[in-house]
Amino acid sequence: MASLDDLKKRITSVKSTQKITKAMKMVAASKLRRAQESAERGRPYSDKMNNIIVNLSNSITDKDNSPKLLLGSGEDKVHLCVVMTSDRGLCGGFNTNIIKKAKTFFQKIIDEGKTLKIITVGSKGYEQLKRAYKDNIIERISFKESKNANYFDANKVGKIIIDKFEKKEFDVCTIFYNQFKNVITQIPLDQQIIPLKASETKNSSSEDNYEFEPEEDEILSNLLPKNISTQIFKAMLENSASEQGSRMTAMDNATRNAGEMVDKLTIQYNRSRQAAITKELIEIISGAESL
Amino acid sequence: MSEQFKLEIVNPEKSFLLKDDVTEVVIPAYEGEMGILKDHISLISFLKPGLIKIFSKGAEDKFFVEDGIVEFKDNNLTILTSSIYNIKDMKKDTIDTILRETEKNSQDKEISDQQKYLADQKTEVLKSIN
Repeated sequence: MASLDDLKKRITSVKSTQKITKAMKMVAASKLRRAQESAERGRPYSDKMNNIIVNLSNSITDKDNSPKLLLGSGEDKVHLCVVMTSDRGLCGGFNTNIIKKAKTFFQKIIDEGKTLKIITVGSKGYEQLKRAYKDNIIERISFKESKNANYFDANKVGKIIIDKFEKKEFDVCTIFYNQFKNVITQIPLDQQIIPLKASETKNSSSEDNYEFEPEEDEILSNLLPKNISTQIFKAMLENSASEQGSRMTAMDNATRNAGEMVDKLTIQYNRSRQAAITKELIEIISGAESL
Repeated sequence: MSEQFKLEIVNPEKSFLLKDDVTEVVIPAYEGEMGILKDHISLISFLKPGLIKIFSKGAEDKFFVEDGIVEFKDNNLTILTSSIYNIKDMKKDTIDTILRETEKNSQDKEISDQQKYLADQKTEVLKSIN
């Protein structure tokens, strides 16, 4: 049995851990509010962008000549997967869930005999994937310096993807991120961005005849790269909200567990203290009796 | 009948501006400036660097944009842009910095004609508000 001193030390150490997790929970909670707000404020932009693109692609008559970003390269051999994770740990199952989702997808692609290429955004994803898929990772991006998700960073990622697409380095591009549903639930998602899958093909109300200036395909070819950055930006916003939410729940659990542990250790400490006192008393009494 | 329609300007971070009493909006469309009044035909276009002028009852607002997409439909004008500044809030230094950068970019031999055209356009607009 541990000595009294050891128990005391353990109690202090658990208590100080509890302080840290409690502080992290508070910080995550306040960051979460901000991240959630910006995720919600960012939604109109990506929704509107999506709407315009759906409208545009519906009104295009000459489907064969529309931009490659919309149709894809016509093949399905090389898959590019953009795995978006956080740069910091201690956020529960946040990163693991994305990686798990991504790994299932990777396995499917490899089983089908297709080539797999990976871009990791955020250092945690790279660390988890490098062991199994080191040769597949072609690029790793991390935004440790920037405090909040911003459009500028998203644009950088978007440019890299488009650049690689134009060099014909891949055929299909999918991004992986966590969608923020609420503080407790985050859903890992895969979303295909090249070729574009029109998320809702609304029964095309083709009575709205748009006037285009310049031509449809020129607008489209200008719009699609922007859409990719926008989608990535959306994913980044959702991700950062999810990360904070997940961290908050994880830290809340940790604080509670630490509290339970302190209680248990305190009981143990008191018991052994009492046992020591009793033992001493017995010693004294039996010593007196034997006289 | 009122002559007003709705305008929404959205940038990636948030809904930048929402007005429902606009009478006229002038936008720097790709093929030249374009004024939009109520009951304009449905329209999709994109923007080059320039000034958006918004006229509402007795007020006039000016914004500088670098790029964007415009959709007009059922008397709703939506402008999506990633970089927009209110002229009133733009300090001279900020303008100067952007101006210098743009001028440097347009000197670059590597860029395509289209990019050069856009950069020159930007320089011109910035000079005019300066």
